[in-house]
Amino acid sequence: MIRISCPFCGPRDHAEFSYGGDGSIEYPALDAPVQDWHDAVFLRENICGLQLETWQHVHGCRMWLKVERDTMTQEIRSVTPAHPGLASVLESQA
Amino acid sequence: MSARRLDKGGRIDRSKPLTFRWDGKALQGYAGDTLASALMANGQRVLGRSFKYHRPRGIMSAGVEESGAIVTVGSSARAEPNVKATMQELFQGLEASGQNAWPNVRFDAGAVSGLFGRFFSAGFYYKTFMGLPPFEWGRGTGLWMKYEALIRKAAGMGAASREADPDCYDHAHAYCDVLVVGAGPAGLRAALTAAEAGRDVILAEQDFELGGDLLNDPFAEPKRLALIKAVEEAGVRVMPRTTVFGLYDNGTAGLVERVTDHLPEPGPFMPRQRFWTVRADATVLATGALERSVAFAGNDRPGVMTAAAGRAYLNRFGVLPGQRIVIATTNDSAYQTAGEMAAAGAEVVLADARERSGNDVASGGRLQNGLAPLEAKGRSGIKSVQFARNTGSGWQAAGREDCDLLLVSGGWSPVVNLASHRGVKPEWNAELACFLAGECAEPVYTAGAAAGVWDAAACEASGEAAAKRAMGFEAMQPAPGGWTSPIEPRYEVRLPGSKAKGFVDPQHDVTGDDVRLAHQEGFVSVEHLKRYTTLGMATDQGKMGNIVGLALMAEALGKEIPAVGTTRFRPPYTPVAIGALAGRNVHGHFKALRRTPLHDWNLRHGATMTDAGLWHRPWYFAENGETIAEAYVREAATVRETLGVCDVSSLGKIAVQGPDAAEFLNRVYTNGFAKLAVGKARYGIMLRDDGMVMDDGTTWRLAEDDFLMTTTTTGAGKVMVWLEELLQTRWPQLRVHLTSVSDQWAGVSVAGPKSREALSACLADPDAVSHEALPFMGVVRVKLKNGIQGLAARISFSGELAYELYVPADDGEAMMDLLWAETKHLGGCLYGLEALGTLRIEKGHVTGAELDGRVTIRDAGLGKMASAKKPYIGKALQDRPELLRKDRPQLAGIFPKDRSKTFNGGALLCQPEEGEGFGEGWVTAVTHSPALGHWIGLGYVAGGHEAWAGRTLMASDPVRGAPVEVEVVSPHMFDPEGGRMHG
Ligand SMILES: [Zn+2]
Repeated sequence: MIRISCPFCGPRDHAEFSYGGDGSIEYPALDAPVQDWHDAVFLRENICGLQLETWQHVHGCRMWLKVERDTMTQEIRSVTPAHPGLASVLESQA
Repeated sequence: MSARRLDKGGRIDRSKPLTFRWDGKALQGYAGDTLASALMANGQRVLGRSFKYHRPRGIMSAGVEESGAIVTVGSSARAEPNVKATMQELFQGLEASGQNAWPNVRFDAGAVSGLFGRFFSAGFYYKTFMGLPPFEWGRGTGLWMKYEALIRKAAGMGAASREADPDCYDHAHAYCDVLVVGAGPAGLRAALTAAEAGRDVILAEQDFELGGDLLNDPFAEPKRLALIKAVEEAGVRVMPRTTVFGLYDNGTAGLVERVTDHLPEPGPFMPRQRFWTVRADATVLATGALERSVAFAGNDRPGVMTAAAGRAYLNRFGVLPGQRIVIATTNDSAYQTAGEMAAAGAEVVLADARERSGNDVASGGRLQNGLAPLEAKGRSGIKSVQFARNTGSGWQAAGREDCDLLLVSGGWSPVVNLASHRGVKPEWNAELACFLAGECAEPVYTAGAAAGVWDAAACEASGEAAAKRAMGFEAMQPAPGGWTSPIEPRYEVRLPGSKAKGFVDPQHDVTGDDVRLAHQEGFVSVEHLKRYTTLGMATDQGKMGNIVGLALMAEALGKEIPAVGTTRFRPPYTPVAIGALAGRNVHGHFKALRRTPLHDWNLRHGATMTDAGLWHRPWYFAENGETIAEAYVREAATVRETLGVCDVSSLGKIAVQGPDAAEFLNRVYTNGFAKLAVGKARYGIMLRDDGMVMDDGTTWRLAEDDFLMTTTTTGAGKVMVWLEELLQTRWPQLRVHLTSVSDQWAGVSVAGPKSREALSACLADPDAVSHEALPFMGVVRVKLKNGIQGLAARISFSGELAYELYVPADDGEAMMDLLWAETKHLGGCLYGLEALGTLRIEKGHVTGAELDGRVTIRDAGLGKMASAKKPYIGKALQDRPELLRKDRPQLAGIFPKDRSKTFNGGALLCQPEEGEGFGEGWVTAVTHSPALGHWIGLGYVAGGHEAWAGRTLMASDPVRGAPVEVEVVSPHMFDPEGGRMHG
């Protein structure tokens, strides 16, 4: 059981969230070459330490979040909205 | 009978006698007793039989580490095996019995000397059955199963009830600033310190009384009461009978509260236990320390227990556990016990293995230095102790003392289990001969005896310091220790070459010889040692024996204990009932249940329901005692002849709205949606990034910027999550809003040649659904005769002229009343999922059975829906070379060669002579087709149906029956031109 502090809802149990995937991936354009898509979809680091991930607060506000999580200690370093527009709004309010 | 209840003293309430039954015999104890103390007071010595050797066992401790008095409590459905009698609070009418013995624990047929012994040395499972299945793969497992059953019977614990658990269990949640685990002097002081500083504190104590070791000290009562009073007044939430069984990430703790286990009659609606999930900003572990034994011959005999246990029975429960007592110690902690036993009237000999100690025994007890127990002699109870003296080069027998009780203190092991759950490595403290928890990177602080602080006053200071640190202040922890003379640890006492059994882990019957044998056989890692010998794998998780086992392993390896290391403790600290984990999620509440708005209407009209994911959906509507097979065939035939009505409310529905909605859908679906006209619907397929089919459904354009997407019933949640991910993480610039509206609409499919007639008759404007007003794939807003507003789309899953009609969920029943009257009038029927399946299989339409995540759009025969003109999600990767192979399994129809035969869904499609392997394909769905007059199926076959024209395959399903000859045909088995639905 880990706890994730949703920027919109506050700290909640991870059972309210669903894991997305590697948050560092930049997905290529839809018409990008197959190799770019291959790399984006299939190549993953196996990180022991701080990892950027996407999670969705699926049983809460439904927002997709970028979470920095330490895979070794489960420490959560930061949680921000995945949507860059929302992220910058929150940042400007902080 | 050596143990006896004293006339006064102890915490029991002699004015409240309680009657209980042990192995059917009525006995008496008092309020405040545990089952163990009451049994001891009644002179019951043999309370159990050991796991492997069926040796008689009695009470060994007074707490969670108990390895001897493990009994079954309750009877019939409420029988709970493997209860530690030391932890079971006594109540009026309690029933308990011995286990692992026949006919009873005092006369156990399994105990015939040596009968089992030679089979049960370390690794016996592995050795005995090498060469037998399952170690010899592929020869079946029958023989193994036979042995397994015999061994389980001979070597086992108590049996669980076969009846359903009659009790209920709750799940509860709590939040606090500081969670304090353990209510001894350190825990009470920690809770008080934090609460007085304004923190919200939960104090959990596994015992039914607060005080920890203060309960065992007759002079500490005023102190204990004052602390408890202060704690309560400071607003601490105190939870007795509550075990913190696990510490998890980010301050989460798992607790089990035993709510009614101590009550003769649980109140109505009271849960037996509550499983608490507590989230704490900081945690203080004041979990105390457990006294450990020493391995010597007969150290498991009834009448041998820890010195601390003896003290607890005397001072807390008012039972003098023996008349002639030998106390064997390696440290100072047993001296007080010795004096108290002597003062209570026992004849006491204190054998201190140390040659010198700075202490004396009070009240006339005799002190003998330099002696350690070599053997506890006796049969079902100890009669004497043979001592040994350490000559420096080994042990030598040295005198003997008659006794009826042997109390042993091999040293103390702080309970570091919970810290270990958090990954904290225990560090060996050679001076105190114990493991201490290292610093935790999280806000988890250890206090009191759990931190190696032995003195009660220092424990309080330690609790205060831990609480301060938990609140973010700096504080100095008192140094561990507190004895006048240092401990001289002894882990095993034996003469060289002796074969006598000295137990390391009495609960699993692991001896010192087992540890040495494991070492001889090459096990050098402590984790391997644990698994090979099963040391520390019983229900106590090695609370008594782990350190001794490690020490013996270290000795065998010629290393120091810290170099051998220790195994990591894992939750749960003590066993947790499965029922507590399940909570209320049992029976009908095992999983969530979803009902459509037409649920009750369907039931009133004769529906038999079935599960479809979380949904309950109508399966078939039997008439006049029809079987399911008769009903669905009639329903499917009726749809093709006249019409039928089917509840499709469970389909996922997502409102996709906004200026960029069309562009969004165009990227998500493989086919074009940008130019879909308002008032039109289109069937779409969406892929995953990797090019596999994700889901399908129709999407209706209600306005320029307003679409209603439908998904499969089971795909609804997944698709919504996916669309949200795309909009929030990849395409944030798209102005699109998504709303799940699945539950807002009641929907029906009206299908069959007379469907237009029926629908039209329900409408205020009957022409609203004429062919001109509503052509194939058209969508219109409609008003029903009774004023209900809705949406109608001319789309077909059945291949017939068909419509889907949606109205607001609350209007569903009124809509059905109207529609059903017209349908009945035209000779139509209600149909369920089974007939729906028949109709779609006849047409070769895919569902979840075919779109199983492994198929591309081409595999599913829908390649023409993949647009060449625009990019979309999954387009790049669906063209990977492997996915373009011509011999990939592709959707096909399947007929039995002998049309009178049937075959099974899930069968493999094999070449006629192919005896093994993966086959050429598989069957996904089978139905009896009334339109074709025989059984048909859908499936996947290598290369598609053209590759198998004129050839025979076998539908092979050896588990369920003989193979059936089949031929492979086009998946469009009925009306391939689609003339009927355009009609
Ligand atoms: Zn949220």
